[in-house]
Amino acid sequence: MEKPMAKVQASRAAPVQENLARPDLAKRPRTGESLIQAFLFVCGAVSILTTLGIVYELGKEALLFFGNPDIDLIGFLTQTTWQPSIGQFGVLPLVNATLMTSFFAMLVALPLGLGAAIYLSEYASPKTRGTLKPILEVLAGVPTVVYGYFALTFMTPLLRSVFGSGTVEIYNTLSAGLVMGIMILPLVSSMSEDALSAVPRSLRDAAYGLGATRLETAVQVILPAALSGIVAAFIIGISRAIGETMIVAIAAGSGPNFTFNPFRSAETMTGYIARISGGDVSYDTPDYNSIFAIGLLLFVITLSLTIFSRRLVRRFREVYE
Amino acid sequence: MKTNTTLHPVDQPLEMRHLTARVWKSFFFLSTIIAITALTALLLSIINQSFGYVVIENKVQPAAVAPQPLETLPPESLIEILRSSLNRNRIRAIERQGLLVERSQAELFALVMENIIRPEVVASYNLDQSLFNRRSIEAAAAEKYPHGALEFRSWLNRGFLLNAMNSKPELTGVRGALIGSLLLILITIAFALPAGVGAAIYLEEYADTSTRINRVIQANIDNLAGVPSIVYGILGLAIFVRGMEAVTSGAVFGVTDSNGRTVLSAGLTMALLILPIIIINAQEAIRAVPKSLRDASYGLGGTKWQTIWNHVLPYALPGILTGTILAISRAIGETAPLIVVGASTLLTQDPSGPFSKFTALPVQIYNWTSRPQAEYRHIAAAAILVLLATLLSMNAIAVILRNRFSRKSL
Repeated sequence: MEKPMAKVQASRAAPVQENLARPDLAKRPRTGESLIQAFLFVCGAVSILTTLGIVYELGKEALLFFGNPDIDLIGFLTQTTWQPSIGQFGVLPLVNATLMTSFFAMLVALPLGLGAAIYLSEYASPKTRGTLKPILEVLAGVPTVVYGYFALTFMTPLLRSVFGSGTVEIYNTLSAGLVMGIMILPLVSSMSEDALSAVPRSLRDAAYGLGATRLETAVQVILPAALSGIVAAFIIGISRAIGETMIVAIAAGSGPNFTFNPFRSAETMTGYIARISGGDVSYDTPDYNSIFAIGLLLFVITLSLTIFSRRLVRRFREVYE
Repeated sequence: MKTNTTLHPVDQPLEMRHLTARVWKSFFFLSTIIAITALTALLLSIINQSFGYVVIENKVQPAAVAPQPLETLPPESLIEILRSSLNRNRIRAIERQGLLVERSQAELFALVMENIIRPEVVASYNLDQSLFNRRSIEAAAAEKYPHGALEFRSWLNRGFLLNAMNSKPELTGVRGALIGSLLLILITIAFALPAGVGAAIYLEEYADTSTRINRVIQANIDNLAGVPSIVYGILGLAIFVRGMEAVTSGAVFGVTDSNGRTVLSAGLTMALLILPIIIINAQEAIRAVPKSLRDASYGLGGTKWQTIWNHVLPYALPGILTGTILAISRAIGETAPLIVVGASTLLTQDPSGPFSKFTALPVQIYNWTSRPQAEYRHIAAAAILVLLATLLSMNAIAVILRNRFSRKSL
């Protein structure tokens, strides 16, 4: 009891010295720090606002679209003609074209992407890997409008010379889909390769030790272990294909067309949005509202694919060590 | 055992197993090669369209205008030619941009060419035809266009880089599109970089990941990265072009002659698009900062923000910058959202500020590609070369930055 008393007296005598000797340890309010933290939180919340904004704006305009007496949700989802001028709003031709181009894209990107991933992670020497990987990354960095140009000026003439220009129209879903596959290939291969490389070395060594060939190790041991990651890569690839705009806007043709013929032109959902909004569309017309309805459909599809692939990875990830 | 069709691999003869292995190995190798072939084909087809022979026909023969070659004439005779061949309204329109007597000889020569001689590309050939089929091109050109001159043209030339947009493919240029892209990127960075790095700092340094809101933010950012770019375009159309028209058209700042389809709207839309990419990259960079660095700063009495500002951020800077440059190169090539937000198709005046109408390089490529005429294919290819060169140099800068900083900090 005596010592603090002495201190208090001392502090009265020399307050400056006392401050140096015994700092106030209580937590001081730091307004600057709290302000900064608040600002940073707002930055983080911008992403939430973006999502909410997408859902709200798309939902609001889509509701206006369905509020139009000519349009009902059932007809929208089941009718096979999209001709706003005569009041036909069936989204199936657009969805069908999207599915066709995505199907062709995945036909290219899945086998080739997985093949390239297995080659790079299991076969290639570090040196070959070092040269091949950057090339694939360049492929991934090419803007999609360039791929669209490539589809129209290279792939379409190629297809026309193979199948005959009578059967293949200038704008067709096959050409757009194939080039889209080339565009997605690096994405699939790099994600699959990450999954394959994450499999621990001990598994490979064990397989080799049992006398398996390199192929048997890769296909029967490494591939199953990395399966969740590879499937996730495929799903992300599909989602990219569905959301891709420029290639289909340039090469797949304009004008909704319900066809299963890959050599004919057909407009995809994204292509439709690009064409309608590219012209000077006036606000609050069925045309304007329809791009929001279709955009909402697109958003829902791609978002569920993304979430599904994330779940898949988390659920089925093989955990080692 | 041999009759069993589902033979276990180990029971197969060794040669068979090796054969299968070799077949599959060549398939795996082939897939890689196909990808590389595709890239080569893409580049070659673009180069192929950017150069080649053209047949140029003059609307008026130079000999009919003046006996000597036009480029050797003095300015006075050129003015004389202009005044005698053009009607008064046209002259007045030209003089509005500068009096004839004040112009240089080269400018006058260009005016004579553009207004009187009017050379026009009537036929064009690709590079492969020009190199390997020269004879037949010469024969065909001489037969079909007796007055035309055959010359080798690089569609990517100085005039193409410096000219404003023009409805004629021979005279058009990408200056406006380049300026538009540049302004767009500046606005995008100004909004996306601080917000993105701020969000990353919050999530890595402040956020308690056990609380629900922070987990939602994180999952949301990851999901936003997968949303198609055209959906961002629609969002931008609804919010920036339409909802905030007073701000984005500059009306509240006293700009009167524009609507919401401006550089600012496009830049904000693009900022939302690349925000998740910047956040994810910055988070990785911040996560890589060793904990000991923070502990040392706290140990010396640094506050949380002092620690972040003076120690964490400088250490993470190269990673953040690299991620940002990659995000920007994504933004430079992005086309779909710009089309939805309302890029202008023909812009004769360069964009001059955040409230002017805009176009950008990829939008221009799209517009030119969608035209059926062959000349537009050539200029689209030339514009693609410009775009790819820009992207390549951006990526080179990213690599250099990464190498330099990582050597310094280690």
